Amino acid sequence: MLAARALNDERRISGVWGAAPGDNRVSMIQVEHLTKRYGPTVAVSDVSFEVQKGEVLGFLGPNGAGKTTTMRVITGYLPPTEGKVTVAGFDVVENPIEAKRRTGYLPETPPVYPDMTVREYLGFVARIKAVPRAEVKKRVEETCEKSAVTEVRDRQIGKLSKGYRQRVGLAQALIHNPEVLVLDEPTAGLDPKQIIETRELIKNLAGQHTVVLSTHILPEASKTCQRVVVINHGQVVAVGTPDDLTRRLQGYETVLVTVEGPAAEIIDKLQRLEGVNLVEPRDASGPRVTIELHAERGHDVRPEAARAVVESGWKLFEIKTSGLSLEEIFLQLTTKDLGEQAVN
Amino acid sequence: MRNILAMAGKELRAYFHSPIAYVVMTIWTAMTGFAFYLHLWVYTNEIFRMQMMGGMGAPPISLNDVIIRPMLEGFLLVVLLFLTPVITMRLFAEEKRSGSIELLLTSPVTDLEIILGKYAGAFLLLLSLIALTFVYIGLLFIYGNPDPKPVIVGALGMLLFGAALLSIGMWISTFTKNQIIAGAITLAVLLLLYILVWLRDVAMGSVGQLIAGLSLGVHIESFAKGVIDVSDLVYYLSVVFLGVFLTARSVDALKGKP
Repeated sequence: MLAARALNDERRISGVWGAAPGDNRVSMIQVEHLTKRYGPTVAVSDVSFEVQKGEVLGFLGPNGAGKTTTMRVITGYLPPTEGKVTVAGFDVVENPIEAKRRTGYLPETPPVYPDMTVREYLGFVARIKAVPRAEVKKRVEETCEKSAVTEVRDRQIGKLSKGYRQRVGLAQALIHNPEVLVLDEPTAGLDPKQIIETRELIKNLAGQHTVVLSTHILPEASKTCQRVVVINHGQVVAVGTPDDLTRRLQGYETVLVTVEGPAAEIIDKLQRLEGVNLVEPRDASGPRVTIELHAERGHDVRPEAARAVVESGWKLFEIKTSGLSLEEIFLQLTTKDLGEQAVN
Repeated sequence: MRNILAMAGKELRAYFHSPIAYVVMTIWTAMTGFAFYLHLWVYTNEIFRMQMMGGMGAPPISLNDVIIRPMLEGFLLVVLLFLTPVITMRLFAEEKRSGSIELLLTSPVTDLEIILGKYAGAFLLLLSLIALTFVYIGLLFIYGNPDPKPVIVGALGMLLFGAALLSIGMWISTFTKNQIIAGAITLAVLLLLYILVWLRDVAMGSVGQLIAGLSLGVHIESFAKGVIDVSDLVYYLSVVFLGVFLTARSVDALKGKP
């Protein structure tokens, strides 16, 4: 048993070394060409990424994009159809117990037992997560402290508010002090105050733990994550830091023009302006037409657009730039054609 | 082993944290009490009748034959048949519904440890039920002197019978998220397996007899008489093993699903 453990440790170390020779960054999670099919449905298709030790990685995508499936494969809940996933150097299929020992997982709904008290529950989880018997009590106390549930530790979980239940879920994931934390939508369904508290908690975990968290809320990713993997329809659409993504994607400026006049002619006219790449009517139902212009970066088309409209005798009501919000970037990434542009 | 114990403790605690354990125990005690009272009444009547007839020379009526054996082999087995689905229906269905199955399957424990732990928890509840029966039977030992050997063998038979029911119930509990459905299917399957014994009297061919031999009810008979037959022992242990094996297959199949 001991010999086997030693061998495993050795393999783990060499595996990590092999992964990044001559690089002091250690990759804690490696997902290589992961594909997961449920019968004929493809949930995740050829996804690859790495997470470095101590990093907080955001997993971003609309609902049903394959975030939860990917996380479930990393945690060993679902076996991959194809591809390979290693956690701390251990293959989740070939060496599941060792991989699971080093992973803490908070599923979308906290996996709690409503009849148990917080303390009983965490005691049980500690035992099945291989916390040494003598340390169980101490670990439970420490973890309660860390995830701020100490004041409710003797209450039944079923009677706790959603925020507390979520924190108990987080405590459960932390109880065995895992190297890797996988959090599936950790702030879903919380109120704004709780969301901020949870984010703070996650930020404090970075460094000691390697964290992968999924979310479909963008500000969350930009606030808590150092790196983001955007996934849509089971495929990785973009990878980078939040700033990076914003910079890379905002390849053009958007101007919104509201004019009263014949829609078709206005569009035609604006399209011919210099530096304008794309003209799209946003709202052409009433007498006023709102049109969106995409212009080249660093090129402000507002004066020319205004002049063009006025010279034609149409009535200009509003003209403004519209910075690309993270939400819009996200929408563009997850709309198919623009998504491909993002990868390039 | 440690993981199995942790699981078993959690299951047992779940039974006693919810009304399940108390409801099951109350029903069981009431039913056992009723059966005990009925048989005791038959017994005392018999004694009175014999005294009235002045039959001093007649052989004494055995407590074992009139009270203990009928208690252990008839009515109470049917009560168990109805109570075990209540015990087993939540085992996996509840975890599936609440999502806590994800916690178990992502913990560094094997599927078999989870299954055996859950089974052990349910078994301990069954054991406490059967122990309750012996409150009544114990009274007979205080006020009379029945033969203890058939009592012990009969209790062992009941325990094995119950253990087989639990194993089948646990397997069926992996099919669904809905406890009621798991319970209803379990009850139907158990009743069917129990009444297969009827085939023994009506079936002509050897196939019919063979099927009747698979009945859960057939193999309890010799235990109730105070005889341990190895084939009966093997039968119940095989059912337990089969149930655990099928549960393991079923839990494995859960992982392929979203």
